[in-house]
Amino acid sequence: MAENNEKGQRAHTIVIAVENKSGVLARIAGLFSARGYNIDSLCVSETEDPSISKMTLTVKGDERILEQIYKQLNKLIDVIKVFDLTEGDFIDRELALVKVKTLNAAARQDIMQIASIFRAKVVDISRQSLTLEVAGKTSKVNAMIEMLKSYGIKEMIKTGKIAMAREFNQKK
Amino acid sequence: MTGAEIIVEALKKEGVDIIFGYPGGVLLPLCDKLYDSGIKVILVRHEQGAAHAADGYARSSGRVGVCMATSGPGATNLVTGIATAYMDSTPLVAITGQVATHLIGSDAFQEVDITGITRPITKHNYLIKDVKDITRTVKEAFYIAKSGRPGPVLIDLPVDVQRAECKFEYPDEIEIRSYKPTYEGHPLQIERAWKAIKEAKRPLLLVGGGVISSGASEQLRNFVEKTGIPVVFTLMGLGSISGDHPLALGMLGMHGTRYANYAVVESDLLIAVGCRFDDRITGKIETFAPNAKIIHIDIDPSSISKNIVVDIPIVGDAKNILSKLVENAEKLQIEAWIKKIMDWKEKHPLTYEKNGLKPQYIIEQLSGMLPDDAIICTEVGQNQMWTAQYYKFRKPRTLITSGGLGTMGFGFPAAIGAQIANPDKIVIDIAGDGSIQMNIQELATAVYNKLPVKIIILNNRCLGMVRQWQQLFYKKRYAFICLKDAEPDFVKLADAYDAIGYRVDSTEEFDKIIPRVLKEREKPVLVDCWICEEENVFPMVPAGASLDQMLEGLA
Ligand SMILES: Cc1ncc(C[n+]2csc(CCOP(=O)(O)OP(=O)(O)O)c2C)c(N)n1
Repeated sequence: MAENNEKGQRAHTIVIAVENKSGVLARIAGLFSARGYNIDSLCVSETEDPSISKMTLTVKGDERILEQIYKQLNKLIDVIKVFDLTEGDFIDRELALVKVKTLNAAARQDIMQIASIFRAKVVDISRQSLTLEVAGKTSKVNAMIEMLKSYGIKEMIKTGKIAMAREFNQKK
Repeated sequence: MTGAEIIVEALKKEGVDIIFGYPGGVLLPLCDKLYDSGIKVILVRHEQGAAHAADGYARSSGRVGVCMATSGPGATNLVTGIATAYMDSTPLVAITGQVATHLIGSDAFQEVDITGITRPITKHNYLIKDVKDITRTVKEAFYIAKSGRPGPVLIDLPVDVQRAECKFEYPDEIEIRSYKPTYEGHPLQIERAWKAIKEAKRPLLLVGGGVISSGASEQLRNFVEKTGIPVVFTLMGLGSISGDHPLALGMLGMHGTRYANYAVVESDLLIAVGCRFDDRITGKIETFAPNAKIIHIDIDPSSISKNIVVDIPIVGDAKNILSKLVENAEKLQIEAWIKKIMDWKEKHPLTYEKNGLKPQYIIEQLSGMLPDDAIICTEVGQNQMWTAQYYKFRKPRTLITSGGLGTMGFGFPAAIGAQIANPDKIVIDIAGDGSIQMNIQELATAVYNKLPVKIIILNNRCLGMVRQWQQLFYKKRYAFICLKDAEPDFVKLADAYDAIGYRVDSTEEFDKIIPRVLKEREKPVLVDCWICEEENVFPMVPAGASLDQMLEGLA
């Protein structure tokens, strides 16, 4: 679970259920920028109900800022419900694609080994690079990226976190 | 029916009989259908005027105001008016024309992304892309504008959608699953509030515009009279109960009365109703009401604990909650507190030096002379603050002023809207010579529609409030505030529009002319009052200081 930093700030994982309409993402993003809140990551997609989209956001802030974010989000007409998952038990995942340089055969071997430790898949290969796909908790994804840095990362992209509360011991 | 006809019918279903607007290319299908629809369209002379007039109409009547403009520059001209309404939570529906749907995004002639531009200054907005969506959208727009914490809603209507055909079916009811304002206060919180009220030695009510917009004046007065708790007002709360009431202490904050600010500082329980703790009322946040527990009643949960952390929040409608509180109300034993306040009131009344024609005198005279239901609009600056200080607002919806955004140029068009909503009442705009020039073109609108709006210009030949700040905080370096080098002759200006104009520069002249001004029923009247250039608004809490650190006196 997230740690408090020195300013009493803490990373929060928020899931927002919104109407699946055009312009909604702009409303949410606009709210954050207008009020000076920073979004660390954002992921949007459709749900089992096609009229509803879900956004998973990670934001940092102290209790007061989070409370304001929560209230301001709820004030938007297109927002159906806001869940702050941080207080409860939740599952979160992230996916990354990482293209790493493979300067020689030894490097290639090492990288394949790292991939297998992190249960990453090799999804593309060329003479100079390997592209890995890794999924898991943000901390795991970051750990793998950290390991790969010394070989030289040519390109990397992450989905941002998606999250869901666990079925048992849900609060509401 | 065509989309334009559907809009007209939908507006009728919503009870709209007046629209303030201005035509243009992509609005023409709608204009054409409105032309003989029975809905009256007031042609303003600038779209900003349309938005403010609709706002004044809404604030003075409690109904939803409607304005319309064409795409591009028409729509952007509405923006200041929409933002003004948003900041003061007035119910407004703005309809804008938009280029045809297939041209959207192509930088077409007079295309702007007005839903994008107004996203942060509307409660909600819509771009209608399908004629089938019109009825539901209009229904939702009016519902959203007037329910919960009211606010402006914009509907952007492409020209091809106005021309497309569809059957007219108007929903009787709507449900918006994601929008359910809370009206009932939580009973446990109300109980906690009562307990705190009974225990308080120095309770004080702090009343904002929410009391007026929820129509809770009577409940508030009952509560005050049953408990004996004194009241301070935000600018927007003035008139919620009569300023003449012995327990009414006037406005608090930057230009509040001394006794109101002292009461806030000393109170041990602040019961805030329908206000949002704007920095103009709190002064320095850290020292605001340092001795008080705070109860905050507001319909907007995001207003609660935004600026000031409160002890007992109650989310809900002010009227609802105040009537619950009244049920159990009993006289509190707070004589010592009341005595203290009355002593302050006696010792530190609002005063000014009485020589020459003083703005404070003008407002006091009007306050004494006008009927209780007269509607006073203001511009922004010193004129606004003197009005708030010296006019005793005795009824709700009699003060119409841009509190949140502080929009110069608001008062006059708002007065036009208020006069249209209240044809039998006296409507006055208290103006500065700067502000009035921001929307002076609306004189034509007032003359054409035979609206006897009265404009009282407190003419100090400068941008007075800015000059005051420069005098006090910028070593009298009077940058860009002088208007006298090119001050228009306002009497001639009125004459040019076929309105009536007077100029006065003494109390005698003012006293003599005013009865004649108030009697006028056909034409707008402008009274250009030449007041002392250097008069300041006092008391004053400098920005960022505590409420008890007031500057006083000596102009
Ligand atoms: C549209 C707009 N522009 C600028 C300001 C900043 N401002 C606040 S008060 C003021 C001066 C107002 O002058 P005037 O209308 O003559 O009124 P007075 O203060 O002299 O009564 C100005 C420029 C504002 N509030 N609104």
